[in-house]
Amino acid sequence: MSATPDFLSRDSFVERDARARVQALVDDGRFRELIDPFERLVSPWLLRQGVVTQSDDGVVVARGEIDGQPVVVLAIEGAFQGGSLGEVGGAKIAGALELAAADNRRGVPTRALLVLETGGVRLQEANLGLAAIAEIHAAIVDLRRYQPVIGIIAGTVGCFGGMSIAAGLCSYLVMTREARLGLNGPQVIEQEAGVAEYDSRDRPFIWGLTGGEQRYRTGLVDTYVDDDSTALRAAVIALFRRGRPAVERSQRCEQFLARLKRYDPAGQVTAEQVRQLLAEGAES
Amino acid sequence: MSHDVKPNDFADGQARRDAGASDRAASQSDRSLSRGAAWLAALTDDATPLAGSPASVRVVDGSLGGEPCRYIAVVPDPANPYPRARDGEVGLIEGWELGRRVHEAIVADRDSGRPRTIVAVIDVTSQAYGRREEALGIHAALAGAAGAYAEARLAGHPVIGLVVGKAMSGAFLAHGYQANRLIALNDPGVLVHAMGKAAAARVTLRSIEDLERLASDVPPMAYDIASYRSLGLLWKLLDVGNADRPEAADVTVVRAALEAARRDIVDDPERDLRSRLGGGANRDASSRVRGRLAALW
Repeated sequence: MSATPDFLSRDSFVERDARARVQALVDDGRFRELIDPFERLVSPWLLRQGVVTQSDDGVVVARGEIDGQPVVVLAIEGAFQGGSLGEVGGAKIAGALELAAADNRRGVPTRALLVLETGGVRLQEANLGLAAIAEIHAAIVDLRRYQPVIGIIAGTVGCFGGMSIAAGLCSYLVMTREARLGLNGPQVIEQEAGVAEYDSRDRPFIWGLTGGEQRYRTGLVDTYVDDDSTALRAAVIALFRRGRPAVERSQRCEQFLARLKRYDPAGQVTAEQVRQLLAEGAES
Repeated sequence: MSHDVKPNDFADGQARRDAGASDRAASQSDRSLSRGAAWLAALTDDATPLAGSPASVRVVDGSLGGEPCRYIAVVPDPANPYPRARDGEVGLIEGWELGRRVHEAIVADRDSGRPRTIVAVIDVTSQAYGRREEALGIHAALAGAAGAYAEARLAGHPVIGLVVGKAMSGAFLAHGYQANRLIALNDPGVLVHAMGKAAAARVTLRSIEDLERLASDVPPMAYDIASYRSLGLLWKLLDVGNADRPEAADVTVVRAALEAARRDIVDDPERDLRSRLGGGANRDASSRVRGRLAALW
């Protein structure tokens, strides 16, 4: 991480919308969008509930190149319905990942990059969002047999719910300080478990446990970058060049169980403790 | 739990004994026995679960129609060291353990030419909601489970999800939703959903009453299995006499369906989830989007 003086000249990635993020990531800013907003493939379920739809349902599917290699970038628009996934947006991501895997089976080395800015399932489409996310999981696991699958979590929404599991299935993850990664959103935990368990308004506490820096220091993400479009793109290229990991993070079941064995859940856990428990040998 | 969807209610009168299976009487008299535990025991003739797993994850190596089969259930454990995972939730340990047990089967069968069937017996109240869980990366643990089931499916293991109780949200994603085929019991205690009602109401800024009214009008928002069926995701919906405490006839019906599912999977050249598409009028857009993507790719 660099110091502060250059932040004024920085090109913020966080502040870009989904389409502008794609532009910042692909070679020469050139991409072709599939099912673009002019197709108006909107959510049939939001319409029925009198909720305003968006003409791309909050997901951009873009084909282009990164580092000269074919890529499909799937960018979720956090400003629409909290980046939540319904039937259409979920199918756009799952379907594109399925086609990327099919490409690889035909010898075309298409890679996938997910720009995750999402609260998870869109509750107005509940079970259809959940089903689509299961299909996204399936497609990531299929595709990562051929190419590394990379996820970026830049913020400010972060990545939650079923899509945090999708993040956990990615070969590599990139985060910024602004972003959070967790299964359950703070409000939901507070609702389910009470404010003593999780105070959704205590931002330093929440970022301390689930923010980008902590996730990086605990080995749950691979690269921690400044909010800078050039840095994000460079990080993605570096990770793609690593190729597939020998063992995916989600395959390290025994390793994580062994680490958790050293923790006594009778007491609450601190951010510092988590660093000690998880960071040790994180890259092994 | 302040989950609006309450744990299974085992009224005394409902816990009818199965006279034809008196060997199960001892476990059936345990009123705290969850549906998942009851069905796991019934389908495996009360076999002892494999040693080495926590009490909340029961794994039994048995058979299905004469073929090797691993049955896996997540069950409540009131003594779970993780206080937020005592009600049958999938927590940190449960997620990684499910992944470990599924990987174990994949590795063991790799060179056998005969990958065993894996049946996920699904009765999971939710993912665990807690500070410890978020801090220690429960999202990664659930990915450990979901990823392992998906890998087993791709490796040729017939994977079947049997929904006998609740299939909620992240817990379902981790335990069962990666199956080649999904089977559910046609019973009011069978619920599939993305979030408990109280939390869903808060997040969508609606009252619980509004949410229920909407759910009755919008099939994907409903909690009942009939509405879920209209989405085309289920392979079979089964009528049973006693979903809480399966009787001999119920076990026969479910075993037959599991065997049929296994054959259907073995006969299917595809190992992905495409069999879930095109089966339900309420999931048209999922197919339409894929059609457009393929045309534009």
